[in-house]
Amino acid sequence: MSGPQLGLAVSVFLACAVEAVEALTIVLAVGVTRSWRSTFTGVGGAVVALAVLTAALGPALTSLPINTLRVVVGGLLLVFGLQWLRKAILRASGFKKLHDEDQIYSDELTAAQSAGAVGPGFDPYSFTVSFKGVFLEGLEVIFIVLTFGANQHDIGLAAIAAAVAVVLVLVAGAAVHAPLARVPENTMKFGVGVMLTSFGLFWGAEGAGAHWPGNDVILTGLIPATLGFALGLVALLKRRAPGGASEIRETEAVSA
Amino acid sequence: MNRIEAFARFIWDFVVGDDWRIAVGVVLGLAVTALLAGSMAAWWVLPLVVAGLLAFSVFRAADRP
Repeated sequence: MSGPQLGLAVSVFLACAVEAVEALTIVLAVGVTRSWRSTFTGVGGAVVALAVLTAALGPALTSLPINTLRVVVGGLLLVFGLQWLRKAILRASGFKKLHDEDQIYSDELTAAQSAGAVGPGFDPYSFTVSFKGVFLEGLEVIFIVLTFGANQHDIGLAAIAAAVAVVLVLVAGAAVHAPLARVPENTMKFGVGVMLTSFGLFWGAEGAGAHWPGNDVILTGLIPATLGFALGLVALLKRRAPGGASEIRETEAVSA
Repeated sequence: MNRIEAFARFIWDFVVGDDWRIAVGVVLGLAVTALLAGSMAAWWVLPLVVAGLLAFSVFRAADRP
């Protein structure tokens, strides 16, 4: 496996594991509180919708000329990766609330319990919440799988990495029957942000016509450099007034 | 809010997120890279732009009253 392929597999695996943990929390909360049957119907519906979207977007992406693909996908990955990295830096430095699966699970349980009585048949609440949860988290997975896979001409490897992550999370979720709060989600999100940003830089610049010294090998320097820069920002932010953190927690979304 | 507005807002939140300046900066960085790439080595432009954008965005968020 080459360096870029390893980077692709690790990035997709981490991103998919994080999104799967978040989707699992929502599905568990609704299923436990209301109707497992309607919840699983919602999950199934979301999976089908995601499969249709992948089937439509995958061939469209891979048919683009390589430089167009790289500049478009590189730009999107950069914007997307910088969002992840920005939130991760703010969380790591205490300026944004950490992602807490136990708290989210508790909030989802309360919402599901207060959504009215569960009837004997189909439960629209369970279906809608589980469908939305899985579809929205799945969209990010599909975006990452398709962009990484198309650029590396290896959608198969990206899909395998994603599937392994989802299966592992499902098995763990089924085993503990509780949100996977021990998964180091915030650290994983930091890692995903670093990887998306590094690959976005590489592909974006190449697509725009620039040539990296050393070609693919530059990624072995670009990833640690991005990580080091992000950690440096965390260290600098930690020195600033930590009392300002509570203000930001109220104004920025906790999710994603 | 109608469905088209809701969809547009969803796409905006999904792609652009909390700070639209990052998206604009990335597009500008790619454009400058493309402009310079024909006449000189331009691989360094995007990392510089991205480093500046990220630092600006997180410090701006941290300083928000």
